[in-house]
Amino acid sequence: MSERVNEGRTDVDYFHGYSVVGLVAVVGVLFVSVAFASGRLLRPVVPTPEKMLTYECGVDPVGGDWAHTQIRYYVYSFLYVIFAVDAIFLFPWATVFAAPGYGGATLVEMFVFLGFLAVGLLYAWKKGVLEWT
Amino acid sequence: MNDTLDVVLRLIAVLVVFLVLPLLVGQTEHKVMAHMQGRLGPMYAGGFHGWAQLVADGVKFAQKEDIVPADADRRVFQLAPAVALLPYLLVLIAIPVGPDGFVGQTVDAGLIFVLAVMGVGVLGSLMAGWASANKFSLLGGLRTAAQLMAYELPMLLTAASVAMAAGTLSLPGIVDGYHWWWTPWQLVGGVVFFTAGLAELQRPPFDMPVADSEIIFGAYTEYTGLRFALFLLAEYAGIVVLCALTTVLFLGGWHGPWSGSAGWLWTLVKTALLAFVVIWLRVSYPRLREDQLQKLAWTVLIPLSLAQIALTGVVKVVIS
Repeated sequence: MSERVNEGRTDVDYFHGYSVVGLVAVVGVLFVSVAFASGRLLRPVVPTPEKMLTYECGVDPVGGDWAHTQIRYYVYSFLYVIFAVDAIFLFPWATVFAAPGYGGATLVEMFVFLGFLAVGLLYAWKKGVLEWT
Repeated sequence: MNDTLDVVLRLIAVLVVFLVLPLLVGQTEHKVMAHMQGRLGPMYAGGFHGWAQLVADGVKFAQKEDIVPADADRRVFQLAPAVALLPYLLVLIAIPVGPDGFVGQTVDAGLIFVLAVMGVGVLGSLMAGWASANKFSLLGGLRTAAQLMAYELPMLLTAASVAMAAGTLSLPGIVDGYHWWWTPWQLVGGVVFFTAGLAELQRPPFDMPVADSEIIFGAYTEYTGLRFALFLLAEYAGIVVLCALTTVLFLGGWHGPWSGSAGWLWTLVKTALLAFVVIWLRVSYPRLREDQLQKLAWTVLIPLSLAQIALTGVVKVVIS
């Protein structure tokens, strides 16, 4: 924040930056649209029922389109959400912790924070959710 | 008016880089893999050592019939390649190439922006896997999503470590603050970041989501022609972005001898070397199992990145 003031930049610059990013997105959408549209002109369209069949190694598909998958993914997603929300808090802290007026005490706070993360991870590890076999 | 021209030129430059560099990486992969395995690789297309192989592939892809399975969720199925591809284009604009504003566009919170946008690409695979109405695709899509959980956190944590070292989230700002001893200081973080990035890109040895011997081609099983080509382009654009980001965050970007005049060259050389390593790893290591990746991420990469953050914090407070 302070750097922005120092360089005499304003909100106009700030929004200019992101509007260019928005323009890149527009260019990207245009690129994909042109690719799809020209692909439509170049390629043949000869559909048959066999082609439209779901691919299952060459035999007729068996059952529906559902497949059993690992329920453990669910536990990982919980763990992930907790950690990711925590990790995002690191970024604002990271930019100021070494600035004058912060220093040692801020670092200790950070270690408390990291300690919480580590204990949470150790708990999950101990509970055996990080290993399948 | 000058401003408009400037922006237009930047947009064109980003698009050209986005379309050319991934093809270079792809062609290099063909040739490097071939020679590492005692083959010659493509030799015919274009005449000289098969240099036009990927152009020929592109022409072939564009002429292939576009098949949407009857059971598929048509709109989502058709949109998925675009969702997988475009985030990498967006990221490219924020990556600094040389000193003094040689960057598509300086984004203040560039580090957060880049990591956030890269995460969106995974949605494309998830959409493809879900909308294909195919068991293999669904398994592949879910593996992709599970892989996101595994690598995203180490990536965020090690990127935070770099932000701590530099005291800013702006990517040009991070390279500006770089000193040579940052690389050994952040070495563990760099290795973790690069490894996690490989997992994001589903590159071997972390290619379980597209494991051809188990689930055909994962989420992309039902795709043909142009849409399939876009998924492939996304993978190679991802390699470029990952290598460029690792260069910017951990290897000092444009820093090197004569960086004043040839800074951009350093960025490109370092990126190319990392891309070579990506290809090399593909040839060298067998595929991990899905659970082995999760175990690696949660019991090795995350503790290592937490340790790196602690180290960065202590060193930074001591020297300042």
